[in-house]
Amino acid sequence: MDQHYDVVIVGGGHGGAQAAASLRQNNFTGTVAVISEEPDPPYERPPLSKEYLAREKPFERILIKPVTYWADRGIEMILGARVTTVDPTAHRVTTAAGAAIGYGTLIWATGGRPRRLSCPGYDLAGIHTVRNRADADGLMAELDGVTCAVVIGGGYIGLEAAAALVKAGKQVTVLEALPRVLARVAGEPLSRFYEAEHRAHGVDMRLGAVVAGIKGRDGRVCGVELADGQVIDCGMVIVGIGIIPAVEPLLAAGAVGSNGVDVDEYSRTSLPDIYAVGDCAAHGNPFADGAPIRLESVQNANDQALVAVRSIIGAPAPYHAVPWFWSNQYDLKLQTVGLSAGHDTALLRGDPAKRAFSIVYLKRGRVVAIDCVNKVADYVQGRALVAAGMAIPEELLVDDTRPLKLLVAEFAD
Amino acid sequence: MTLTVIDRNGTERTVTAEPGMSVMEILREQGFDDLQALCGGCCSCATCHVYVDGSAAVGLPPVGPDENDLLDSSAYRTDASRLSCQLRYTPALEGLTITIAPED
Repeated sequence: MDQHYDVVIVGGGHGGAQAAASLRQNNFTGTVAVISEEPDPPYERPPLSKEYLAREKPFERILIKPVTYWADRGIEMILGARVTTVDPTAHRVTTAAGAAIGYGTLIWATGGRPRRLSCPGYDLAGIHTVRNRADADGLMAELDGVTCAVVIGGGYIGLEAAAALVKAGKQVTVLEALPRVLARVAGEPLSRFYEAEHRAHGVDMRLGAVVAGIKGRDGRVCGVELADGQVIDCGMVIVGIGIIPAVEPLLAAGAVGSNGVDVDEYSRTSLPDIYAVGDCAAHGNPFADGAPIRLESVQNANDQALVAVRSIIGAPAPYHAVPWFWSNQYDLKLQTVGLSAGHDTALLRGDPAKRAFSIVYLKRGRVVAIDCVNKVADYVQGRALVAAGMAIPEELLVDDTRPLKLLVAEFAD
Repeated sequence: MTLTVIDRNGTERTVTAEPGMSVMEILREQGFDDLQALCGGCCSCATCHVYVDGSAAVGLPPVGPDENDLLDSSAYRTDASRLSCQLRYTPALEGLTITIAPED
């Protein structure tokens, strides 16, 4: 065996970077390596569909740590290497290039790969996803020659990309197959608000729009054909239809999982000495009634990395972090605390027409999540409501003249 | 230009800094990793909390409304509290001393 590290982290995204940094912050003195298939050291992914795409921030400004940080802390960065097999018995991973790397403990933090189209024309030039730097750079390199772009998928990535392209002066069409945008992650009032905002910025927002195929000319995309036969001309397509967790080597090695790899509350997979964190880790989330979910967020990647590190350094603590998330589009700052999936009631707090409001989600009478648009106070103060799952009369929650912190004080037990 | 930083262990270090960046970016660039700065500087979290004595006296803009609300989330908020992502480092701030606030 040519190389061996006490801890090997596979994946150089938010989770992998946090795990490595956190080991050293906790005075872990063993050897540590991060294996990443990307050529760059860890950087922030959220700006790829926001400030980086809009050319407001160069790459250097989205690095998670300075370039010299990793070597300074004795963390080996093995870049441009993809782990293809895991041998849990020999405690060894192998890369696509054939390098064998031994580990004492493995942290799997590979995130996911963007789901791609499967319709005719899926492989034409000019079809982009936005997951890593290379994706964003490829998209940006073509942007000058494009006047019309079609975004397939009305989730956060698609909508953020649409906003960035509008800012760049492009004519943008958003195609969402479901009857509303953000259907998987937010309640209907929020969907309707964002649809209206994008339309007000000139976006052609099409709901219930099913893509039949991509039209090409000379190998390059020239339009998107819908199931009803309509064709939308465009010079570029951006696909934001979710990710597929990158866990094949782990599952092939015998780890339990289907949608991602299953982990317990300590981020442990079913294989000995192998942890998994971030987008790829299916875990029983206390804020989803313990249901197994994957959570695609910076918060989850960081906090699960901390959980894994605590176990490794012998100070285990179960995962119990309140989920939070943000999305910036145009001048709208959306902040979410909690998980709204499975809610039975969505209450509007404040007036969307004023472009500053919140939506409070309840499940069986208890607050499970709050989406806040340009309403930072609700986001900050509502956190305690979500953390404790407080039951508060609806008429008090919808009264936005009443700060949430007063409700917290009144109803805390 | 220089900036003096007191980290969570109380260790003081003076670093050189380029004007134009935010104080959060400078702290990150200088490897102060007790600062998480999870949202990358878009004023969406409060994980870049620092203390600056006499904010107004050294010519810093007042605390903005979003910054104010986010700072409310910290149990360690004081009159000196700021979110370092909201502080643009300018030549007027030469010699500024900041202290990284405890982690919530």
